[in-house]
Amino acid sequence: MSDYNFAYLDEQTKRMIRRAILKGLAVPGYQVPFASREMPMPYGWGTGGVQVSAATLTPEDTLKVIDQGADDTTNAVSIRKFFERTAGVATTEETAKASVIQTRHRIPEAELSEDQILVYQVPIPEPLRFLEPRETETRKMHALQEYGLMHVKLYEDISQHGAIATAYAYPVKVEGRYVMDPSPIPKFDNPKMEMAAIQLFGAGREQRIYAVPPYTKVVSLDFEDYPFEASKADHPCDLCGAEDSYLDEVILDDAGNRMFVCSDTDYCRSRREAGHSGRLGEEAA
Amino acid sequence: MYVAVKGGEQAIDNAHAWLAEERRGDTSVAELSLAQIREQLALAVNRVMAEGSLYDPDLAALAIKQSRGDLIEAIFLIRAYRTTLPRFGYTQPVDTGAMACDRRISATFKDAPGGQVLGPTFDYTHRLLDFKLAADGEVPAAPEAEPRREPTPHITEFLQGEDIIEREPASDAEPGDLTREPMAFPAGRAVRLQSLTRGDEGFILGMAYSTQRGYARNHAFVGELRIGTVPVEMEIPELGFAIEIGEIELTECETVNQFKGSKTVPPQFTRGYGLVFGQSERKSIAMALVDRALRWEELGEDNVGAAAQDEEFVLSHADNIQATGFLEHIKLPHYVDFQSELELVRKLRREAAELAENLAAQEAAE
Amino acid sequence: MQAQARNTVYGGGFANPPVDSAHGFRAAMNAMARPGTIQRISGATPPDGISPAAGALLLTLCDPETGVYLTPDVDSDDLRGWLTFHTGAPVVAAEQADFALGSWAALMPLDRFRIGTPEYPDRSATLIVEMPELDAPNARLQGPGIKDSARLTLPDLEEFQHNAMLYPLGVDFFFTSGSQLAALPRSTKVTAGE
Repeated sequence: MSDYNFAYLDEQTKRMIRRAILKGLAVPGYQVPFASREMPMPYGWGTGGVQVSAATLTPEDTLKVIDQGADDTTNAVSIRKFFERTAGVATTEETAKASVIQTRHRIPEAELSEDQILVYQVPIPEPLRFLEPRETETRKMHALQEYGLMHVKLYEDISQHGAIATAYAYPVKVEGRYVMDPSPIPKFDNPKMEMAAIQLFGAGREQRIYAVPPYTKVVSLDFEDYPFEASKADHPCDLCGAEDSYLDEVILDDAGNRMFVCSDTDYCRSRREAGHSGRLGEEAA
Repeated sequence: MYVAVKGGEQAIDNAHAWLAEERRGDTSVAELSLAQIREQLALAVNRVMAEGSLYDPDLAALAIKQSRGDLIEAIFLIRAYRTTLPRFGYTQPVDTGAMACDRRISATFKDAPGGQVLGPTFDYTHRLLDFKLAADGEVPAAPEAEPRREPTPHITEFLQGEDIIEREPASDAEPGDLTREPMAFPAGRAVRLQSLTRGDEGFILGMAYSTQRGYARNHAFVGELRIGTVPVEMEIPELGFAIEIGEIELTECETVNQFKGSKTVPPQFTRGYGLVFGQSERKSIAMALVDRALRWEELGEDNVGAAAQDEEFVLSHADNIQATGFLEHIKLPHYVDFQSELELVRKLRREAAELAENLAAQEAAE
Repeated sequence: MQAQARNTVYGGGFANPPVDSAHGFRAAMNAMARPGTIQRISGATPPDGISPAAGALLLTLCDPETGVYLTPDVDSDDLRGWLTFHTGAPVVAAEQADFALGSWAALMPLDRFRIGTPEYPDRSATLIVEMPELDAPNARLQGPGIKDSARLTLPDLEEFQHNAMLYPLGVDFFFTSGSQLAALPRSTKVTAGE
C-alpha cells in the first residue's frame, strides 16, 4: 500500500461518486453529472472508469482490467497496476474470477454473473453529441425524449449506404426511456448488455456517470425493415477456433496475410487450455 | 509464426526508465535544482501554479523539472496532486485594493493616486538575444527606492465616483466551485472566472485576440493592471476570527469597455476582469477580455455568434488538461473499433459493387 | 451524564472509514441495483432511535455537501450531534433535503421532497425509511434490476406506484431494519402480492 487513501481518492470524493452511481442505477441510462477529479492518468485514458472503480472497490474484491478485450494492453496494465498499488486488491485475468471488471471498448465473451460489476470507460457519454454539440440542447432532448434526430441520422445511413453505418458506440435505448451511449464497444457486444451483472459507466472528462442495473432492457436502435445486426468478422478465431467471439484482424507479413484472433484474450486462452484449436492454433501454441 | 503482443508491463517499465534518463539529459551537465527553477524560471512557475490551481512555487518547480519543461504536463502533475489534498476550508476573499504592488499601470489615465509603476516588465526591452547571458548571468543590482506609503486605489473607483462605469453589486452569495461541482450551463460569472483563470493561456489568449479582431469586439482599455502580493486570511472556527495564513502574488487586470447602453441601462463604461496567480500579465488581460465578451447577455448586447461570446464553447474547451488528455488518447489502441469499421466499410463496398454489377447486367440485357 | 452524551455523539462511527464505507456502499449499491434483495450493512452504532443500518448508510453517503432531513420521531440532539460529528452534514428542511430519515408515517407527505427536474432528474431526494421488519413481503416488484419479478416488504403501495409514475423524476427509497437494508428506486413498478 502507499501514503494515499484506500483506492487513491479521498473519502469525500468517493462519497460524491457513490451518490452519483446510486442515482444512475435509479434512473438507468440517464447521465448523472459528477464533479470528476483530476486523476494521475490523463483525461481520455479511463479517468471516469478509474474513479467509478475506486469508489466501488472493497479490499476483498478481485479486479480485472481490459482494454480492447485484452488484459495485457498497455493502458490495461497501467490501470491494473494503479489499483494494485493504491487499493491493494487482488487482480486476475480470468473473467470468471473477477468481482469488478474495468473495461475499455469491449464486453467479455464469457457471460457475467450476478456477483460481478462491469465498469466501462467512456470518452463521450452523450449519444446525441455528434448531432448536437451543445450540452444545454442535448439535455433538453433527453428531457423531452426528443430522439427523432437520432433516428433521422440512422435512416440517412440506410438511404445512403443501404445499412446503418455505425459499427461501434451504437446507440441503445434503456428500459424504453433514455437513449444511451454504450461506450465505444463494437455493436457485436450490444446484445450482451442485458446481463446479470451491474454495469457502471464513467466519463471523467465529461463529468458524467450512468448505469444499467442487471436485467434492464437495453435495445439497440433500429427500424422494422432494417433490424439491428450484431456483426463481426466472418471467420473463426485462428488460435482457438471460436466462432462466437469478436475478432481482431492481425496483419502477418508484407504480403498482406492476415489472421483473425479473439479480442478477448482470456476467452481465447481458456478455450485453448480446454483443448480447442484454430487454423494456426497448433503453431502458435 | 504469430506471437500475440505480450509483455506490456515490461515495456512500460522500460519506457519509464528511458524517460527518466532522457529527463536528466547529459549527466556531465549539472543537474537543475528546484530553487534554480523557482528563481530563474519564475514565469513558468507562475503559469503552472495558475493553471494547476495550486499556489506553491516549490511544487510547481518540481513539476517543471519532472515534466522536462513541458508546462502542460507540469500543470497536470500539480492538478493530480491537488486532487489528493483534503480541503480544510475557504479563505476570506483577498483584497486586491490593498495589494503591495510591484507593478501598476493604467492605460486610461496618465497619472492617478498610486502612480504608474512599471515594475519588472519586458514591455520596453528590445527583443534582442542577450549573448552575455549565455556566458554569465550575473547582473548589477537594480536601483531601489522607498516603497510608496500611500494606498493604491483601483482606477475604476475613480470612474465609479462619476457613475460613468457600471457598479459591481456586492454579493455575499457563495460562488460556485467547478472543482467540487460538475459544470452546468449557464455557469454564472463566478464559475466562468474560475474556469478562465485555470484555463489554458494559449486558448484564452486566442479567444481574447479574436474579440479584438472583430469577433464580438468589446473595445477594451486596460483600466488597470497590477501585480503584487496580498495577504490571505482564513477564519479559524476555533478562534472565531480570521488570521493571516500567508501571502500570494497575484496579477489583476480590469478593463474598461465602451458600452453604448441598452434599453434598461444608459451609456456607460463596463468592465472585464482578470485575476491570476503569480505574475501572469498576458493571461490576466486575455481573461478580462474574454470575461467581458461572455457578459453580452447580462448587459443586453447582441449575440453576434462569436466563439468568445459562447459560454458553453469557451468553458468546455478552456481546460488544457481535459483537452490534452482527450487529444492524446487517440493514440491508445482502438483496434476493436477500427476492426468494426473495417468490417463495415468492406461490407458496404461489397454491396455497392454487387449493385453496380447488377445494374451493368441489367443494362447489357436491355 | 454529560460524558455519556458525549460518547453517544463522538462514538459509534466507522472504525476504519475507507473500508467500512466501501462495504457500506457495496450494500447500498446492490440494494439499489437489485430491488427486492436484502443486504446487510454494519459498522455504525448510531444513537438510540435509529437502526445500525440507517446509521451506516448515513455515514456512507452523507457529508458537508448533502442536506439531511430528520423526521420529528427520529430527530434528537444526540442524533444531530452524531451526524454532525461523523459526517458534517447539515440538517435541513424536507424541501431541501438530499437525504431524509424517519419512519414511513413521519416522512409523509412525500410531495414535499425534491423529485428532480426534467433535465436533471438526479436533483432529487433519497428517503431512508426505518422499518419494523423487512421479512414480510407484501409487494411484487418489476423493472430494472429484477429478473422476472421480486418481492419486498413495503409500508404502502400507492405512494410507490405514484412515485413510479413520475419517472424519470421521483424520489428513491432505502428501507432499514436492524442491520438489514433494501431499496426501491423510482424505476420499479409495484403491485400487491405476497
